[in-house]
Amino acid sequence: MSFLVDATLVFLAAGILFYVLFGGADFGAGILELFLHRKHADEQRRIISRAMAPVWEANHVWLVLVVVILFVGFPKVYTTVSIFLHLPVMALLMGIVARGCAFTFRHYDTLGGAYYKSYSAAFSLSSVWTAFFIGVTAGATMLGRMDPVGSTFYSAYLASWLNPFCLCMGLFVVCLFAFLAAVYLCGETQSAPAQRILRRQGAFALGGMLAMGVGVFLFGNGPTFPLAQMFFTNRMSQVSFVIATLLLWPLWQGLKNEARSFRVRAIGVCIVTLVLLGWFAVQYPVALRTTVGDITFQAAAAPEATLRALLASLIVGVLIILPALGYLFRVFKWEALKQS
Amino acid sequence: MDLLAARWQMAISLGFHIIYASIGIAMPFLMATSYWLYLRNKKKIYLTLTKAWSKGVAIFFAVGAVSGTVLSFELGLLWPKFMEHAGPIIGMPFSWEGTAFFLEAIALGIFLYGWKRVSPYLHWTCGLLVGIAGVTSAFFVICANAWMNSPAGFDWNGGNPINIDPWAAMFNDAALLQGLHMVVAAFQAVGFAVAGLHALLWLRTQFDLHLKATKIAFCFAAIASLAQPIVGDFAAKSVARRQPAKLAAMEAHFETMKRAPLLVGGIPDEATGKTRFGIELPGLLSFLAFGDFDAEVKGLNDIPRKEWPPVAITHYAFQVMVGIGTLLALFSLVGLLFLWRAPKKFESPTLLKVLVACIPLGFIAIESGWVVTEVGRQPWIIYGFMRTSEALTPRPGVIYSLALYALIYALLSVVSVFLLTAQVKSLHKELR
Ligand code: HDD
Ligand code: HEM
Ligand code: HEM
Repeated sequence: MSFLVDATLVFLAAGILFYVLFGGADFGAGILELFLHRKHADEQRRIISRAMAPVWEANHVWLVLVVVILFVGFPKVYTTVSIFLHLPVMALLMGIVARGCAFTFRHYDTLGGAYYKSYSAAFSLSSVWTAFFIGVTAGATMLGRMDPVGSTFYSAYLASWLNPFCLCMGLFVVCLFAFLAAVYLCGETQSAPAQRILRRQGAFALGGMLAMGVGVFLFGNGPTFPLAQMFFTNRMSQVSFVIATLLLWPLWQGLKNEARSFRVRAIGVCIVTLVLLGWFAVQYPVALRTTVGDITFQAAAAPEATLRALLASLIVGVLIILPALGYLFRVFKWEALKQS
Repeated sequence: MDLLAARWQMAISLGFHIIYASIGIAMPFLMATSYWLYLRNKKKIYLTLTKAWSKGVAIFFAVGAVSGTVLSFELGLLWPKFMEHAGPIIGMPFSWEGTAFFLEAIALGIFLYGWKRVSPYLHWTCGLLVGIAGVTSAFFVICANAWMNSPAGFDWNGGNPINIDPWAAMFNDAALLQGLHMVVAAFQAVGFAVAGLHALLWLRTQFDLHLKATKIAFCFAAIASLAQPIVGDFAAKSVARRQPAKLAAMEAHFETMKRAPLLVGGIPDEATGKTRFGIELPGLLSFLAFGDFDAEVKGLNDIPRKEWPPVAITHYAFQVMVGIGTLLALFSLVGLLFLWRAPKKFESPTLLKVLVACIPLGFIAIESGWVVTEVGRQPWIIYGFMRTSEALTPRPGVIYSLALYALIYALLSVVSVFLLTAQVKSLHKELR
């Protein structure tokens, strides 16, 4: 049984990781659009549209996969989150709808002009909004202020997430997504000014990540949730922290020296992956913390027959999806990759 | 209050999603047909049509995908107790659905943006794959819904499901028929809507492209419409077997009797248990439900009042669906005959105007069909095992999220229609 749970968790973790690496970057592109250089704004929008259009639907399905694994494999986690984090999850959903629609509508807005501007604004704002609430929701699952027995409006709807820690998590995710988008988009264009702008945006986003990371550790240090202590006593998160920190130097050099965008991209992906691995390591085996105790994945898991069937479907699904996904990226991203 | 709001929110969200989902099921096949004609005949007009349709697919697909993603959260937000128990039992089709979505999104990406990047036949295959994946995902979701009507694959140990068998749950009694009926319905509704829309545009502009489009779409719609009454009849038989209360409500059938009459129209009165003004066709209900004019059909009066679904709504919705189904089948027959024997007559303004009038009918039938299925299942969320009221979220204030969602869906509908008109305008500019 515990093997089945762990195996399912591997898929869950991979789903989250890929959603961040691919879907996250799409949100990041929207975030970057808020900080366009006046002279190169149109060009940058074009780069983003061209890079995102063929793949964003597929990137988005990773989220569907995560949700499905949660509610099939760990129904207790899924329902607890949807009850006790009602508002941030709702906000996240609104953002998802607005973002996807705004992007498509803009892409197919053949008449151009007036509406283009409003679709673009909706796209950027909803990207920031959604990324922020993804971070807030993730933060709230860790923090342990979800209150299953509370009865006031504040304790029922707000206490779990309206606090400095979750807000920092939200902003951290916004910066992280923007960072990913900047390093990816570097490889999507040959134009020197656009490259320069993207690299600068990447550096800023990285700075924001670091600042917010500090905030996360500062505010996540209460008696019930000693994040720093948990983080630095866990072997795996220690290791990922050290490697990620070491990678900052070559990344910085790469961003500064106009090095090959391939290198910048690869290092960026590594850093983000390590951040997530560190988080998983701290979280495991707890799925959610609440005011009345932790819910572990083991305790929340569905019966054995279900997990078995879920794993079988996931394995078959992966065998079907991965080649198809690989082909998609080959068709649309190969050129850019070769040039960088 | 919260229960009512939650049900409304569910109904609005699903009613919205199903329109986009139906388009996602049927439209890729129309598109692939037109593309096939182009690859065969090399007539530019089919290429233009394929591209025009593919843009529509892209817009509707995006809205369908995001509204679907919202649904998968919404089920948990509104019905946590249901999901907690049902998730492990019925999650299987949802995980398969995820795979189908992935394929669909990938194939669509390649189709929409890969015009010059992949070989024509591979490109065509991707277009077809979008449709196949759409049909498959619809089947999987409907397996989940069918399980709510016909629960299987577990033992209910005083409120806690044990001995779960996900495969038996997925392939429950209702799944195959409901899925088939839905897929056929999607072709019917989308086929008629597209045919009517292009007929309208042809009447206005006389661009040859619109006539070709009308014909392609009509062929799909007509074949589906001729099959639908048969499939629907099987669906009704399956309801008769597994959900007598739903069947009784559909037919506003209060007294248990042999040789039960089929009721056409009529105003059911739940308080008195009588139905006024209907036309009764003797014995036909017994025959349609059980294949025997003398079979006994259970009436609502023999079912505990607590377990009655809302009779009037279910009955009216069923009448609307069957009425439209009959009408569309007859019209399809006539249209096909013309197309086969006298193609010129098919192009007459009268016939095309009738097609225009059919634009919304299929979708109205789909929505009514779902009202029959879902309202007719009440008061159960899992038929015979869990009541809808037991599954409701404990959080107050559902009404606010209902208002918010209604607003968003209204906005999205307006914008997608607006975009579609913009696409048509730019197509016409291109054709001139
Ligand atoms: C274009 C749409 C359309 C048309 C013309 C019809 N239906 Fe339908 N019907 C649906 C679209 C639909 C649906 C929306 O797809 C439903 C809802 C749930 C389902 O599985 O299919 C449905 C449900 C549904 C049910 C309930 C199934 C259940 O609760 O499990 C029955 C008994 C029928 N239909 C029977 C018919 C009959 C006898 C028709 C005669 C022509 C008919 N339908 C035409
Ligand atoms: C897309 C087509 C669908 C439409 C238009 C639709 C319509 C509705 C309606 C009208 C209700 C409210 C019924 C009432 O409370 O009186 C409802 C409830 C519900 N539906 Fe559906 N439905 C659809 C498909 C599905 C599917 C595929 C599922 C599950 C996989 C599903 C799950 C539910 C649930 C959980 C509820 C709430 C509980 C209940 O009221 O019984 N529905 N739907
Ligand atoms: C009878 C009801 C339903 C049918 C026939 C149906 C079918 C479809 C189809 C064909 C799509 C592809 C998108 C498109 O073409 O626009 C889609 C999207 C989606 N549906 Fe539904 N669906 C139904 C109900 C539901 C329900 C109840 C849920 C949630 C539990 C759901 C979840 C989703 C999700 C998550 C997507 C997006 C997948 C993506 O990103 O591509 N659907 N649905």
